[in-house]
Amino acid sequence: MTRYSRRTLLKAGAAFAGASAIGSPTILSAQAARIKIGHLVPLTGFLGAIGSYAQLGVKMAAEEINASGGIMGKQIDLMSEDSVNPATASTKAQRMIEQDGAVLLFGEISSASSLTIMQVAERNKKVFFSTGARSDALRGKNCNKYSFHCDIPNTVMVNAVGTALGQKGMVKGKKFFTLTADYIFGHDLLKAAKAFFGSHDATLIGDELIATDVTDFSPYLLKVRQAKPDVVCCNLAGNQVTNLVKQYAEFGFPYPLVGFNLNTGDAWAAGAGNLGGTWPTVWYHTLENPTSKAFVAAFTKKYGKPPENHAWIDYVTMKLLAEAINTTKSTDSGELIAHFEKQSQFDIGKARKAYFRTWDHQLVQEAYPFTVKPKDQMKDQWDMLVLGDPVPAANDPLESIYPTKEQNPCEMKA
Amino acid sequence: MQFEFLLEQVVNGLVLGGYYLLIALGLSLIFSVGGIVNLAHGAFYALGAYVFVELVKYTGFGAAVAMSPLVVALLGILFERFILRRFYTADPILSLLVTFGLAMVAEQAIRMIWGAAPVSAEIPQTFRGSIFVGDFLFSRYRLLILAVVAAVLVGVWLLLHKTSFGRVVRAGIQRPDMVAALGIRLQPYMTAIVMLGVGMAALGGAFFAPITTVHPAMGADIMTVAFVVVVIGGLGSFWGVVIAALLVGVVRGIAIHFEPAAGEASIYILMFLVLLVRPRGLLGERIEKFE
Repeated sequence: MTRYSRRTLLKAGAAFAGASAIGSPTILSAQAARIKIGHLVPLTGFLGAIGSYAQLGVKMAAEEINASGGIMGKQIDLMSEDSVNPATASTKAQRMIEQDGAVLLFGEISSASSLTIMQVAERNKKVFFSTGARSDALRGKNCNKYSFHCDIPNTVMVNAVGTALGQKGMVKGKKFFTLTADYIFGHDLLKAAKAFFGSHDATLIGDELIATDVTDFSPYLLKVRQAKPDVVCCNLAGNQVTNLVKQYAEFGFPYPLVGFNLNTGDAWAAGAGNLGGTWPTVWYHTLENPTSKAFVAAFTKKYGKPPENHAWIDYVTMKLLAEAINTTKSTDSGELIAHFEKQSQFDIGKARKAYFRTWDHQLVQEAYPFTVKPKDQMKDQWDMLVLGDPVPAANDPLESIYPTKEQNPCEMKA
Repeated sequence: MQFEFLLEQVVNGLVLGGYYLLIALGLSLIFSVGGIVNLAHGAFYALGAYVFVELVKYTGFGAAVAMSPLVVALLGILFERFILRRFYTADPILSLLVTFGLAMVAEQAIRMIWGAAPVSAEIPQTFRGSIFVGDFLFSRYRLLILAVVAAVLVGVWLLLHKTSFGRVVRAGIQRPDMVAALGIRLQPYMTAIVMLGVGMAALGGAFFAPITTVHPAMGADIMTVAFVVVVIGGLGSFWGVVIAALLVGVVRGIAIHFEPAAGEASIYILMFLVLLVRPRGLLGERIEKFE
């Protein structure tokens, strides 16, 4: 064993301390030259598959921004991590702000995790852009001044699909059976669905709350058959949707399966030949729009597959944030909030421009119902969906499909 | 009518139990022979699903279901020869750690090869839809799975109880020192049992690929239920695992019928109750420390 004298150790210690003292200003100035941004998204669990797309989108956006000179001349230092669950999401969000020096946070898909990050954002007075959480409650009773919401809320999804179903005569006088994810998002979606059924002369004859870790739906499907509904409606999330769609196809029930929530990643995972019915989406890679097409081309070139809707929304949000910081020339939360509350219009790759609504910080944008292409008409494994007309129709105000202040009141503390 | 609905859930639970059995039986066998709790068992289930998804593109459903367990069983040879074999006589905590580590490596390897996004497969048209037997509704595909599981179960039982191979394995389980004294090397038998165990897990993965989400963490998901089954049945007990798998499927079905929110919790409550009354599990060997 090598032995060192006390003198040698002291010298080494002093040299290390000296080097640290000289080195630290360099390190500090290097850090100051970068803008740290925290991104959290589930990479494991029932939302992990779609979360991985979100991460690909945001990484591409950060690379593009850095390649074009960064934000205010500084490079972005993107910290993108697995949010895991609501408790871990909250811990990581706090760490990113407190220890890592993140100037703002964004991301997340789970409404439950998004809620805990919103609380961290408010406590630390840092902005948080929730990109994939859809619960109405986040924009309503849980809203706060520091949180913005980029995905369409549950009410919009229900309105988008409900309108399309109504046009096909599948709502009025029909008996619905719903299968609902047993957490804040599902509860919230069921509430929106019940409101829709109530106002459109439809009846809810059964609902099953299903834990997010359930993979076998056969006992629930037997209960569906026992109830003999006219339409079965899926209020599930992530892998749950994929499993249900596959097993529904397996049992081959005669009742049409529709849904108030679906992400294209879940549709792709279900596979051609398993998915049918009418569903909502916020974006799809076949949209005929120059901005959207340019993004799809760049993403496909980089990753060898088309982007899913979470890749798109996280990419768009990163770009919006960079633009906002460049415009305001500040990462100060107050200035960023004031910037977005002006309701400036943004090109997000859709026919109509979007804006953040001042009173609930919701990104108001178009949504789409979709049906599924017959297998023999698909160009490839990703070419599954046939988008319906955007909702709302071109002549109607964008906000007509969003909850009103009275329906989903939000009180932001100053 | 209510009773018929309940009975339907019981029968469906038995079918689901058959699927759990494919995973749990291999786990129990590997423990019986090698004394190793294989935490990487779920990884072989996941590999079975992924290999099936790849093969089905070229070979069709039947051949892919048959070949996927064979491919994974070949990987089982490497697993036994280069990893498990070093830990048969070591401190059990080491084998737990190494198989746990392997499970994580396998999950990441799947992520690297096939990507984080799920891959998909379909049930062949012949096996789609349901059939009625009396008032009971069955998924055709699950009936196929049940038939195959029954055949595998009979095959494994015959292999262990009616062949010279089985006699050596059973003797090895009870008195490995005596088997060695008779000049029989147990190692090839261990390899064969590991191949059989992981092959069954892969068969489960292949059969469930068309009706569940095929994603990198699917192995970790199934391991929880597999352990519950093995613990209820009693580690190392063939019939204990069979009964426990069916029981878990049925209890879950009944719980969902009456109280859906308790569906997933019901199997853990069952495990808790069984352990409280019989720490060794239903048919497990007596654990002197606890009884």
